[in-house]
Amino acid sequence: MSDSGTLTTTGLVALTDVNKHFGDLHVLKDINLSIDQGEVVVVIGPSGSGKSTLCRAINRLEPIDSGSIMLDGQPLPSEGKALAKLRADVGMVFQSFNLFAHKTILQNVTLGPTKVRRQGKSEAEQKARALLDRVGVGAQADKYPAQLSGGQQQRVAIARALAMDPKVMLFDEPTSALDPEMIKEVLDVMVDLAGQSMTMVVVTHEMGFARRAANRVVFMADGQIVEEAEPEKFFTDPQTKRAQDFLSKILTH
Amino acid sequence: MDVISEFFSEYDGLQAFRTTIYLTLLSAVFALLIGTVVAVMRVSPVRVLQVIGTAYVNIVRNTPLTLVIVFCNLGLFLQLGVALANKDSNTFINDNNFRLAVLGLSVYHASFVAEAIRSGVNTVPLGQAEAARAIGLPFLKTLRYVVLPQAFRGAIAPLGNVLIALTKNSTVASVIGVTEASAVMKVMIENRPDVLFIVFGIFAIGFVILTLPVGVLFTSMSKRLAVKR
Repeated sequence: MSDSGTLTTTGLVALTDVNKHFGDLHVLKDINLSIDQGEVVVVIGPSGSGKSTLCRAINRLEPIDSGSIMLDGQPLPSEGKALAKLRADVGMVFQSFNLFAHKTILQNVTLGPTKVRRQGKSEAEQKARALLDRVGVGAQADKYPAQLSGGQQQRVAIARALAMDPKVMLFDEPTSALDPEMIKEVLDVMVDLAGQSMTMVVVTHEMGFARRAANRVVFMADGQIVEEAEPEKFFTDPQTKRAQDFLSKILTH
Repeated sequence: MDVISEFFSEYDGLQAFRTTIYLTLLSAVFALLIGTVVAVMRVSPVRVLQVIGTAYVNIVRNTPLTLVIVFCNLGLFLQLGVALANKDSNTFINDNNFRLAVLGLSVYHASFVAEAIRSGVNTVPLGQAEAARAIGLPFLKTLRYVVLPQAFRGAIAPLGNVLIALTKNSTVASVIGVTEASAVMKVMIENRPDVLFIVFGIFAIGFVILTLPVGVLFTSMSKRLAVKR
């Protein structure tokens, strides 16, 4: 714990010696990662490397076996109201959007602010409409999720997370379920968000986004963080064999 | 066809069917409330609640309804003295038996309601609950605002089946002296065994008139209210 003590005090999000198993599979191995306020960290790596699990562990959708995760200086509560309160401060965007299927787009965005933050309905709706406009789906406010395209749904999901005024946003492969022509509209919103110094953890296969918006690239393989570097350095001069191998496979096309 | 006019004039068959409807609707409301609580216990993360919910369903669902209803009268009322009506009232016996029957029917059908709702919960993708938790909703609010509204829509068809079964099962209340439709039928058959089949026919048609629209309504509702994904 001695050498990691510095990590926990500096970062907005700080993971220390985090381990996690799924049965026999050791999905997270001694993960140490600190993310500063306003930093955009992109996590890349081959399938099954544990990057999604890492992302989901930060708001405890996946409990961890050992180690600690601190958010804004506080350890993650394990259960109940305290955990719910923490999750309210962490925005999450899923691969499969997960918009509430029985609620309109506007209701999707106002549910958290009204039921968790206890804002008034009109105040929440006003803010929701502004957020929906900001991500370019303001005209769809009264429709249901199933009536929207994947790209539109994912932008609504981003607005839903932003409505809670999160301290950090987690993106778990936000464009992996999208048709190619819709990927850009979602990435544009994310680049915009990064430009406004939102703290972001982004699990993605979009190398273009990593180059354009990330402050740091974290490369994971087999449950471990193998390499961390600034994007330009990582893509042009990867230090580890594993990263070189991975990049050679994806960047040649 | 004088037996049909007797059904209305001498036996007050309409009043009997009205009692059947009251029994059914009241029991349906209580069964829905109890069943929802039991279903929530079964899907809760608390082990003790899960065990209680599961035990309730398995014990009550596998007990014959006649036994449950007779127990309400002989066990709860006569032995333990649980009365559900004012003892000084002139209509105490009728009221008490009716309410005990509602209690028995509610408790019994709640187990089927709970299973219908739980099957509805299974139609809601896990991601819905994850998204609700991710915006900071605690467990009960996640259920109330996200999971249960979708679960009920997915459970409409099986809930309709429970309501139809409940309507017909309400005839068991006659064993503790509630004068619902089947009780009146027994009296009519005793007095007019010569027109046995007509009497049976009248009551069978009566129940079909009650239950057929329920089936049609619930089927159309389950299509109309289905959550589009």
